Amino acid sequence: MAHFDDKAMPFGNKWMDERIGLNTLKRVLNTEYWIPKDINFLWAMGMVLAATFGILVVSGIFLLMYYKPDVNLAFDSVNYTIMSEVGYGWFWRHIHGVGASIVFLIIYIHMFTGIYYGSYKRGRELIWLSGMGLFVAFSAEAFSGYMLPWGQMSYWAGMVITNLFSGGSLEAYGLVEWIRGDYVPGDAYLTRFFMLHVLLIPLAIIGLIVLHFGTLRLPHVNNQEGADIDYKESAELWKAGKKKESKVIPFSPVFLSKDLFVMGVYFIIFFYLVFYNFEFSMDPVNFDPADGLKTPAHIYPEWYFLWSYEILRPFSKDIGLIAFGIAQIAFVFLPFADRSPNVAPAHKRGLFNIWFWVLLIDMIVLTAMGKLPPTDPVFAMIGLVSAVLFLAMGPLLVLITMFEKKIEKGA
Amino acid sequence: MRELKIFAIVAFFSLLTYYLVEPYAHHEMHKKVDTEGNEIHSESHGFKYDGKPDIAEAHRAKNKALVESKTAFWADVAKIGQLKGNASAGQSHFASCAGCHDANVNMGGVIPPVLDHAGAIYDKNYLIALIKDPAIASNIDHKYKDTGNHPMGAIKFMMPDDQSIADVVAYMLEHKAGEVTPKEAYEEACMRCHAVRYGKLPQLGDTPKFKHEKDSLAHKIKVIEEQDRVKAYMGKLPPDLSIMIRARSEHFMKTFVENPQSQLAGTSMPRVGLSAEGYEKVEAYMVSTGDPSKAKREAVGPWVILFFVIFTILAYLWKKSQWKDLH
Repeated sequence: MAHFDDKAMPFGNKWMDERIGLNTLKRVLNTEYWIPKDINFLWAMGMVLAATFGILVVSGIFLLMYYKPDVNLAFDSVNYTIMSEVGYGWFWRHIHGVGASIVFLIIYIHMFTGIYYGSYKRGRELIWLSGMGLFVAFSAEAFSGYMLPWGQMSYWAGMVITNLFSGGSLEAYGLVEWIRGDYVPGDAYLTRFFMLHVLLIPLAIIGLIVLHFGTLRLPHVNNQEGADIDYKESAELWKAGKKKESKVIPFSPVFLSKDLFVMGVYFIIFFYLVFYNFEFSMDPVNFDPADGLKTPAHIYPEWYFLWSYEILRPFSKDIGLIAFGIAQIAFVFLPFADRSPNVAPAHKRGLFNIWFWVLLIDMIVLTAMGKLPPTDPVFAMIGLVSAVLFLAMGPLLVLITMFEKKIEKGA
Repeated sequence: MRELKIFAIVAFFSLLTYYLVEPYAHHEMHKKVDTEGNEIHSESHGFKYDGKPDIAEAHRAKNKALVESKTAFWADVAKIGQLKGNASAGQSHFASCAGCHDANVNMGGVIPPVLDHAGAIYDKNYLIALIKDPAIASNIDHKYKDTGNHPMGAIKFMMPDDQSIADVVAYMLEHKAGEVTPKEAYEEACMRCHAVRYGKLPQLGDTPKFKHEKDSLAHKIKVIEEQDRVKAYMGKLPPDLSIMIRARSEHFMKTFVENPQSQLAGTSMPRVGLSAEGYEKVEAYMVSTGDPSKAKREAVGPWVILFFVIFTILAYLWKKSQWKDLH
């Protein structure tokens, strides 16, 4: 039976501690949540992502007050009501649009940081897997949100992506109709994607973020050298005031102070884009209202989906779908495909280093080719080669890391 | 410093990706090529009209007769441009224009536009060309077997000689110029075909306020009937221009308005013949309906960024104090 002090001041520190273990929470989540000292600004991307998600939620709430999920009203509720009639409606919309695009840039930076430093290995597999869950959820959130303004690109991207579920030669058009609630994207389609965008997927994202943070607590975040830190020893040193000797810092306030500075720099860039350079995140084609009788000359996804789109495009129907399917789940297997015993930055891992940079450049090439017109034979060829290369990267990783030499401690 | 080196690498790959998917991809997507695969550069000519793009189009179509007739036509236009026009002589000619242009009824497909500010918003050379042959001037002669079948084709018999063309143009430049608002410029140049629903401006102009729903519906029917006539003439109802300013790039808008064929070969949209000043006015109207937050954006932006600069400086000082005896 717990002890409750009758004299404790309501909502005071002691009162709260007795009821929800406030001091334990503070210790476990803040003051004695140890973060390695040997890190760089890339370690702040997690908090930058959390902040961007927060901004998307807040701006989304404002937009939700005026948006109308109806094929006859949606386009004008966004482009007229929110942009012309609602005070600062344009501000929240541009924040939401730029945020949705930039969040993927930060996700990719965060992902490639994890790959570079081997932060998905030896106890950190679940961090990677829950992160992949977040990537899938964010992708679904981005796609469903893209439907809402009901412009030409909303409609036609919706048409193309839902068509993928027909499974090529399987011709499962029943499934496609079930997903759309109609033969073509229409009102039933818009309202269900609206629900997904504002309720179900955000709920899933919040749950996954909690899981992602949870998986991080015991293995701790990685560090720049992949060093295996004795957290007990380092924590004792810190608590004894030997800050120089200790290899760790507490999450709050030391790690957080650096996070906040990186966030500041990030928000300067972010709001520069919101005010002066937002076109990249709001495709002009989507300012034409949806028209089922007028296919746009070029249909392409937003930039963050281009690399996987390009893995679909250069092949014949069925092979393309299979390749696309593989590309969607390929990264999930990373912790198990990397057979190397080393947790170390890529530049210390020989062939893996080359593999890393080839992967990065290949994905940028795929991204570019995904938007360029495939009618140009040169672009089509580059697209095909880089798609095949991407598919080969998985088996190559297994092969390379199988023979990777163990790096000796202190070497 | 290591952190800056890492930042440089991240920035480099981010900007490279941006360049490839935005400026480069859009350039490649909208590239126009001729039958030999050579790129056709469509540049703005500063809203001056001398027929060179039209002659170049005829060259690309390998239509010798068309090259000759267009060259001759625009040479004639240049010649008339040299003539000294007499505005008071032009006034009597202009009276015959008003018969159609002030009637406010659909004639042969569209409502002939009001000419109250024609001298202020249209280019002089273009006005001359239009009076000489409306179909060739507006570069939609491919629609007509005989350019005399153009709804304004009868003009050929009303302005029999070059001097009368010079006179009536001189009259418009002198007496139909005056100060023009962006909305007036839009109404005179574009409204007969393109509605702007965000400006509550259909093809018939501002919608009056009606006391009874019956009258409002009756007006709506009139608008629909007018749209049907325009549709019958143009082949499809020309798009609403409410937010066209955001749906097309600045380069597209300028080159398209100067010469619709350059961006949309075969389109039935005629060249409008706006001068640089005229286009500026029309553009201002389109910004007011399609991108009304532009001015506010520019006013608020610096303050928000300043806020985060101060935020960053404070955060940096805090970070320094927290990390000062760690190494």
